[in-house]
Amino acid sequence: MKEPVTRTPVDAAPQPHGGPRPAGPSEVERAAAAWKEKYEATARERDDLFETISGSRVEPLYTPADDKDRDYLRDVNFPGEFPYTRGIHPTMYRGRLWTMRQFAGFGNAKQTNERFHYLLEHGQMGLSVAFDVPTLMGFDSDDPKARGEVGMCGVAVDSLADMETLFHGIPLGDITTSMTINGPAAIIWALFLAAAEKQGVPFAKVGGTLQNDAFKEFVAQKCWCFPPRPALRLVVDTIEFATRNMPKWNSVSVSGYHIREAGSTAAQELAFTLKDGFTYVEEAIKAGLDIDEFAPRLSFFFNAHMDFFEEIAKYRAARRIWARHLRDIYKAKNPRSWQLRFHTQTAGCSLTAQQPENNIVRTAIEALAGVLGGTQSLHTNSMDETLALPSDKAVKIALRTQQILAHETGVTNVADPLGGSYYVEALTDRLEREAEDYFREIDARGGVIECIEQGYFQREIHRASYRYQQELEQKKRIIVGVNEFVEAEEKLEIPILYIDAQVEKDQVAALRKLRETRDNDLVKRRLAALTDAARDESKNLVPYLVDCARAYGTKGEMRKAMGVVFGEHHEAPEF
Amino acid sequence: MATGDHKIRVLVAKAGLDGHDRGAKVVAASFRDAGFEVIYTGLHQTPEQVVEAAIQEDVDVVAVSLLSGAHMTIFPDVVSLLREKGASHVLVTGGGIIPPQDMEALAKLGVGRLFGPGSPTSEAVEYIQEWCAAHPRAV
Repeated sequence: MKEPVTRTPVDAAPQPHGGPRPAGPSEVERAAAAWKEKYEATARERDDLFETISGSRVEPLYTPADDKDRDYLRDVNFPGEFPYTRGIHPTMYRGRLWTMRQFAGFGNAKQTNERFHYLLEHGQMGLSVAFDVPTLMGFDSDDPKARGEVGMCGVAVDSLADMETLFHGIPLGDITTSMTINGPAAIIWALFLAAAEKQGVPFAKVGGTLQNDAFKEFVAQKCWCFPPRPALRLVVDTIEFATRNMPKWNSVSVSGYHIREAGSTAAQELAFTLKDGFTYVEEAIKAGLDIDEFAPRLSFFFNAHMDFFEEIAKYRAARRIWARHLRDIYKAKNPRSWQLRFHTQTAGCSLTAQQPENNIVRTAIEALAGVLGGTQSLHTNSMDETLALPSDKAVKIALRTQQILAHETGVTNVADPLGGSYYVEALTDRLEREAEDYFREIDARGGVIECIEQGYFQREIHRASYRYQQELEQKKRIIVGVNEFVEAEEKLEIPILYIDAQVEKDQVAALRKLRETRDNDLVKRRLAALTDAARDESKNLVPYLVDCARAYGTKGEMRKAMGVVFGEHHEAPEF
Repeated sequence: MATGDHKIRVLVAKAGLDGHDRGAKVVAASFRDAGFEVIYTGLHQTPEQVVEAAIQEDVDVVAVSLLSGAHMTIFPDVVSLLREKGASHVLVTGGGIIPPQDMEALAKLGVGRLFGPGSPTSEAVEYIQEWCAAHPRAV
């Protein structure tokens, strides 16, 4: 294996931020070289290759000699100071803890509303909505394509009526809501805004996050709605609308999570995600927005995988890269534009169906990486997610894991406690270099949209995931309970949450009834206005979508109304 | 078939709206490396499209990947459509997030073995090889 992706060997890497070097090696460098020589001559290692989960080679030891090209004030600096390697706040978790935000959604809006109340009662601090697959793609629940999928791995939301039920008893002016929705993000957001309006909460008071990262759908998650170019227009429209009307709203959560779940390396997750973010910035600037008006409301979403130190370094590198690019390339002047804020979710793909209780341990370690990396909010996975939707008990243990980290371990006492670790700092530098190499490669290929259309990202990720799978099958990597320490006669002892097929029938029936009882002339007029606006590049589509939502137009109807102008996207099957 | 110089032909299918294609692509690549002829449908295929492709490509096996929870709808649809079109000789197998109870229920409907998370791809390869050896097709 080795070197399946464009990866820079450690030693040959360019030093983009290398400072002035004193003439000749220092005393520490000479001593480190001597130690290494002795080590290589005498050490007996139990394996012939030591590397991170991403396949990057790891040295046996890191020392002050690895710090020689790094300047503390320029490259690391204090928490709350550019380039924010050590965190965006001077106080970090001494000021406030991260937001414990568990992603939830299943069945119909009423069931998910009950889960939301359950989570809030147990100390969760914000909501995060998981939609079902038809909603993720913008199809109504009665669309033939949605058959069998309604309410299965998220909540089904077709219209304002469902949104009203989903947030019943939850004041949208007080609780912040994060919504994992991308292709049809603008549509679902319009339904949400109409629901807030019905609660009497003005747009300016509504806080939360729309994932709204259309690019990563083409790269990894594959739940798109329109082709890349109109998808990008909708992202820019939502950024613009939020910038003008909703000071508490995060318009895009640029997401590496799904890229990593699709099998990428840490460097690919970091690079592809940040490059998507840069592209949104460029497009919003082109649309006439001032960078310092919208950049502070962009946020990020990263995975927390099992390679503990590599993950911590990834978050630190992400902050440093974003700060440098926003200030030096995009010329943002407001420090808040330079600060990369992010949500973390532990890695679903690291969980095992075998001996699922072990997943509690995996999740705790991953969550700790997120916290030591300075995350602003965190979702911890439930132990049973490789089997089915999480049960109440599993969800509670996942939330308790965060509370234990926050209140029992002491890791919240100090900002960036691993800053200055020779290893973590060296890994941070390396990930930054690897990301910069990818940025150059993507630019050379014509940019993000061209890379999507060429299948470049998809191929890079597939290669990494295939290599990883082969390593597992050859036992070059060990997963406890899967390819080692296997229990032959395993008896599953955790309860499985089932979604009743009745959910789909009820959802479809309710949708049909809605279509009979609403003012259909009004819906028709508003959908026609939406189609007209889609034809006119100068129009922001969000107000038209909100008008459709207010009239109880459905998401599928809005998708179709824009689809006649935007067309469909198809990916060439490749493996 | 599946003997002599005839290569085993497998359609790897992503059915339904589920976009998680990491597993399907890894499995497709493993099948290819194991010497199968592999056709990959790409994403977001309806059961009708899957069956149509299976017949057009004259495959021995349809391997469906499903992580969205729609398995109790899509697997039975694929099996019954294959029967309707006179292609009941095709093995329907697959994998994804499918609880054990559902695997048993699907087996009763004529679905072959289903592979959960953590299954080595070599297991699926062996299963298909053995199945094809035991079910030689009249040419």
